[in-house]
Amino acid sequence: MSSGEQRQTPAGSLAFLAKGQLLARDEVERALKRMAHEIVERNHGPSSLSVIGLQTGGVVFATRIAELLGDIVGDGVTLGLLDVSFYRDDLSRHPVPMSSATTIDHDLTDQTVVLVDDVLFTGRTIRAALNALSDWGRPRSVQLAVMVDRGHRELPIRPDYVGKNLPTSLDEAILATLDGVWIGTKGQS
Amino acid sequence: MIDSIRAQNLLTLNDLSREAIVEVLDTAESFVEVNRRSIKKVPALKGRVVASLFFEESTRTRLSFETAAKRLSADVLSLAVASSSVKKGESLRDTIATIDALGIDAVVLRHQSSGAALQVSRYVPHVRVINAGDGQHQHPTQGLLDAFTVRQVLATREGSNGLESGAELFSGLRVLIVGDIRHSRVARSDIAAYSSLGCEVRVAAPGTLLPEDVENWPVQVVDNYEEALEWADVVGLLRLQRERGSGSFVPSLGEFTRTFGLTLARARRLRPQTIVMHPGPMNRGVEIDSRVADLPCAVIERQVANGVPVRMAVLYLTVAGSSEGVS
Repeated sequence: MSSGEQRQTPAGSLAFLAKGQLLARDEVERALKRMAHEIVERNHGPSSLSVIGLQTGGVVFATRIAELLGDIVGDGVTLGLLDVSFYRDDLSRHPVPMSSATTIDHDLTDQTVVLVDDVLFTGRTIRAALNALSDWGRPRSVQLAVMVDRGHRELPIRPDYVGKNLPTSLDEAILATLDGVWIGTKGQS
Repeated sequence: MIDSIRAQNLLTLNDLSREAIVEVLDTAESFVEVNRRSIKKVPALKGRVVASLFFEESTRTRLSFETAAKRLSADVLSLAVASSSVKKGESLRDTIATIDALGIDAVVLRHQSSGAALQVSRYVPHVRVINAGDGQHQHPTQGLLDAFTVRQVLATREGSNGLESGAELFSGLRVLIVGDIRHSRVARSDIAAYSSLGCEVRVAAPGTLLPEDVENWPVQVVDNYEEALEWADVVGLLRLQRERGSGSFVPSLGEFTRTFGLTLARARRLRPQTIVMHPGPMNRGVEIDSRVADLPCAVIERQVANGVPVRMAVLYLTVAGSSEGVS
């Protein structure tokens, strides 16, 4: 994607106007592989690991990390998707989730849960996700993996695994996909 | 035309666009998932207060609205009219003012007078009003859950979750609504929903049970009921509303059953894929033969089950969708 090109973000949000590419496709893939190895290392070859991707940006990363973990440790890794719309504390931004947005079909009690999201910003989505997870049982531990940490936290939340730390200003926006990471602004298309 | 019920009242389906209806159906789809969990509750309406005011008796609508509100973590104020000051002659306006003084965010109103919900929305403009049936006028959530049930059945048949195929499933779908159209708010809401979604809607009823202005409705009146049964993809039956005097519009109940009841013999004329619906409560043996109600093509219990996710979607969109109260 060339600089200045527009890219459509999920329905309802403003269009993303890219200013420049920060990570290429192969760099994203390498970062995900490193994170997968860090997850295995930290959890000593886990026997019950649940990778939970947050809708919508975290889904592709969670899916890829779960695949990579499967390659490393074999069986025992499950993938679920979680939509936190109903758990948000900012009512005015209550979005309408997609159908089948949440697909956690097993009890998370005593599981090690790795939450996966694309960009960590204020931390409010993660707070909502932590509240949501308690409805599926009591995990042994919950860890957080993000492709990009862009700073500006509003809550005491920190990631356990980070693809890339990218200091940003508040008026900038980050787009992270498996194809690369871009910095830009949100604006009317 | 309203393109979304977010932060709006839900008084009628007549002014909702196809987009607004599809938004409710899609939202309801994600609440189906919530209702499958072992903990069937999300905090979306935590701290909000929903008043449930039923001036007319109801089983499924009241129970499913209150269940829906509770599963969204709202507090529910439930007024039992029979044991309230309404019995001492308190007016609707004063009753609403009293409840409003307790601090509420939404009112779910069932009333025997057409237009009661609109009236209440004028008394309390800062409160979201959801019409749970007003006289012979509208029953919007029933229309929405009927459309949701049809989409669910068709989508399951096509092997999708209904979202990808979205509203296209309704395009050209042949819907036949039978019975007491004149007195039925369900018929009015169903017809509004189905025709907004692009269905072809026909109605079958004795002449006395057709509304006087039926030529202005987006429907065609069928001449031959038996042939229409073979034509339909969906057959929506209506309850003969004896409390609204329907009994005096037909020579006898037996006569109505002989001419327009869905008897076992008539049910044999339906194509195998046809869906039979009834909003309940059923008069078994009057508008529907008891054996037909229990056939697999009848989705009456599924309609009841879908009441909860659809009403969760309506409460979520109308109440949580408002811009005020950011925490």
